[in-house]
Amino acid sequence: MSSSDHAHDHGHDDHDHHHGPAKGMMRWITTTNHKDIGTLYLWFSLIMFFIGGGMALIIRAELGSPGLQFVDPMFFNSMTTMHAIVMIFGVVMPAFVGLANWMIPMMIGAPDMALPRLNNWSFWIMPFAFTIMLSTLFMDSGGPAGGWTLYPPLVLQMGDSFAFVIFAIHFMGISSVMGSINIVATIFNMRPPGMTMMKMPMFVWTWLITAYLLIATIPVFAGAVTMLLTDRFFGTSFFSAAGGGDPVMFQHIFWFFGHPEVYILILPAFGIVSSIIPTFARKPLFGYDSMVYATASIAFLSFIVWAHHMFTTGMPLAGELFFMFSTMMISVPTGVKVFNWVATMWRGSMTFETPMLFAIGFVIMFTIGGLSGLMLAITPADIQYHDTYFVVAHFHYVLVPGAIYSLMAATYYWIPKWTGNMYDEKLGKLHFWISTIFVNVLFFPMHFVGLAGMPRRIPDYNHIFADWNFIATVGAFGFGFSQLLFVYIIMKCIKGGKEATSEVWEGARGLEWTVPSPAPYHTFEQAPAIDANTVTR
Amino acid sequence: MTSGVYRWMLFVVFALALPSVSWAGYWGAENTNMPVGVTEISGEVHALHMRMFWWCVAIGAAVFAVMIYSMFKHRKSKGAVAADFHESTTVEVLWTIVPLVILVVMAIPAAKVLIKMEDFSDSDMSVKVTAYQWRWQYEYLDEGVSFYSQLNPAHNAARQANSDIDTEQFEHYLKDVDNPLVLPVGKKIRFLHTAADVIHSWWVPDLAVKKDAIPGFINENWAKINEPGIYRGKCAELCGRDHGFMPIVVKAVTQEEFDTWVSEQKMKTAAADMDAIRQWSKQELVASGERVYQANCASCHQKEGQGIPGMFPAIAGSDIATGDIDTHITTVMNGVNDTPMQAFASRLSDADLAAVITYQRNAFGNATGDSLQPSQMRSLRHGMRQSALDTPENNFKGVN
Repeated sequence: MSSSDHAHDHGHDDHDHHHGPAKGMMRWITTTNHKDIGTLYLWFSLIMFFIGGGMALIIRAELGSPGLQFVDPMFFNSMTTMHAIVMIFGVVMPAFVGLANWMIPMMIGAPDMALPRLNNWSFWIMPFAFTIMLSTLFMDSGGPAGGWTLYPPLVLQMGDSFAFVIFAIHFMGISSVMGSINIVATIFNMRPPGMTMMKMPMFVWTWLITAYLLIATIPVFAGAVTMLLTDRFFGTSFFSAAGGGDPVMFQHIFWFFGHPEVYILILPAFGIVSSIIPTFARKPLFGYDSMVYATASIAFLSFIVWAHHMFTTGMPLAGELFFMFSTMMISVPTGVKVFNWVATMWRGSMTFETPMLFAIGFVIMFTIGGLSGLMLAITPADIQYHDTYFVVAHFHYVLVPGAIYSLMAATYYWIPKWTGNMYDEKLGKLHFWISTIFVNVLFFPMHFVGLAGMPRRIPDYNHIFADWNFIATVGAFGFGFSQLLFVYIIMKCIKGGKEATSEVWEGARGLEWTVPSPAPYHTFEQAPAIDANTVTR
Repeated sequence: MTSGVYRWMLFVVFALALPSVSWAGYWGAENTNMPVGVTEISGEVHALHMRMFWWCVAIGAAVFAVMIYSMFKHRKSKGAVAADFHESTTVEVLWTIVPLVILVVMAIPAAKVLIKMEDFSDSDMSVKVTAYQWRWQYEYLDEGVSFYSQLNPAHNAARQANSDIDTEQFEHYLKDVDNPLVLPVGKKIRFLHTAADVIHSWWVPDLAVKKDAIPGFINENWAKINEPGIYRGKCAELCGRDHGFMPIVVKAVTQEEFDTWVSEQKMKTAAADMDAIRQWSKQELVASGERVYQANCASCHQKEGQGIPGMFPAIAGSDIATGDIDTHITTVMNGVNDTPMQAFASRLSDADLAAVITYQRNAFGNATGDSLQPSQMRSLRHGMRQSALDTPENNFKGVN
């Protein structure tokens, strides 16, 4: 700490803890430090992961066998709705923001985020937003039960707790937009001399593009839910035919947000995997430039495919053809990414530590989800697949062994940098293998029941679906409980373990591996010297 | 450690291979793959699905094979030394162009099928399908026949929480209805879809039709069924509490059988008219009312009329069901705006309305002693409402 202290004498008293964190709870409430805020985000999303996972287990328990055993259908609908809202807005998004906070400044050689006070607010809004959201489950009129897509008119049948849902969504949106503005400002303004755009790690690039997607789409979503609010409470009829409105217009507006949103949930994952695979293949990322362009193409295409969620709403033929073709196009840049990862591994010198296992698991299972996505793009077939468990299987493959696996990979990859200790490698590998077996037992059979005609969002079903549903339920409980091992490994790593070097991994590349482990409270207070030969990615 | 990794990998390969093999055994099983169906379109959709599936298997297998080969071959423990290449314009252009070509090959047949599916012209007959929470109404526009179709009452009783009824005794549990949609084979049937409350979606996999029913709008769809038989479907769009409990049954019959069925339906309508005219005893009304209540009201207001606090009001001891009968009739007939309570005037016959109102006023401890005759309901419906409401005591009370 000492050398940087001298460089940054702002005229304060030079106490020893001058640059260290405050003590006690106030450290976390008032912090403007990017590492503290990153930690807060990550803990928040870990807690929400278990809340959302608990809801998933309620759903799977009810679906374990035909007949209604445990819950009322209305509560079942609340669970499917809340599970999605919690997992999307409470787990995957905040976890990526947490990683962005921790890693982006260290990756580009910046001392902190560009807007540290805004950063504090971006985080601290979230726990309140989710407290309000979850509290609706305990209100008389119950939690939202019309699906996370909030389609009217169904969602307008909800009781007065609907107002709380909208309010909470607005706050989550504000938090995301503020976080995104901060990331954009940091990447554009905080890079030291020599750190050109094309020297940035892929994780930084993917987050830059994701931040733009968020800034572009969250306000659209905010507009849509505000129209729901006024339809419900103030007598407007945006989405009611009786008053000259159109319920399908909501779907168009929602999916104009919703489709870019699914890329918001996966682009940072691409960035993480693009960092991890080169490290453990001990070989630079193949096709860096094309990775950047592919990410940008995916982001662009994500704005012109939204109506593929609506092929059964009675769109004109021309619309169906356009959205089929544009959706199929997405597989080109996505394919480029997968091929680049494989080419990075090719003729490398690979080792398979836990982060690499999760990253490879990501590539394989995300590709399975991507291929079923290609099947779903085919409109005539989608008319059969739509709103069945085939769709549920598809998006869980891209989100669980996809987005969630990237988060686990990131945790194992960077936790030595965060804590200064190595995690328990044996337990980490065990966690990977148990999770991977159960996650497939959980989600693969859903393809079958979906094709065979089981609609999604139903609490009870015919006996022909019983076998596969039972298997899926076994997988769900196995996968759910094996995540307790993940928490144990994290706790154990925080408490102690083998000391980590600053490089941590033999093949590590990038500025975050040049600072000591654990990373000091402040890093890069003096801009690092970067020239054409500095390895930054 | 290396051999340990190998052992694990082998284990996983087997763990993943076993379900795949068992799936192969299940290949044609009705619980594992999309049905081929009984229309030309459904067959083509199934063929598209299978072709896309095999494309995806081939692409996946190729990519994973290269990856797995690399993982075994290019590992540090085997002494592999990392190469230093990190780009190749040729390869990168190639793996952009080749997928594009594959996509074009996939898209052309898909577009052809889609264009066929969207051709609603030259239909032989039209059926209007109106969706309600949680039943379907079928109106044969050319034949003048109309009826409601909802979950088989026996299944409905079995599916209630803690019903203690074994659901396995029903082969078509949750896939059977009281009145199936009867259609002739070999005819191009145009469906007109709409909804009365929220969005639903009418889906019959064997016909490869799925179309959203949107309140205030009409969507088109069509099917030409090749084989007589019974084809089962479900509502596909989340539509509230009982979304999982509104099945569809299509009974495809020959043209002659269809014609016979149509005339039977017309006779039934005439019989319903007779019911509305004759005098009913109170016991008859209550007995019939209980059946109507369990089929139409119980999913919200609950079996014992207790409702669900905060969501669905109770009937037992409610102001409406124990107070002024006119308010009660108006509520049932017109529904309540902005709530799931629908207008039942167009949904239930005069006899059913009179029966269910009588039942509600005399069950669950509601001891009003009122009874209401179907003929009185008929008068109300036919614009004689005001005069009837002026002297409710004379008209509605103490009939029996």
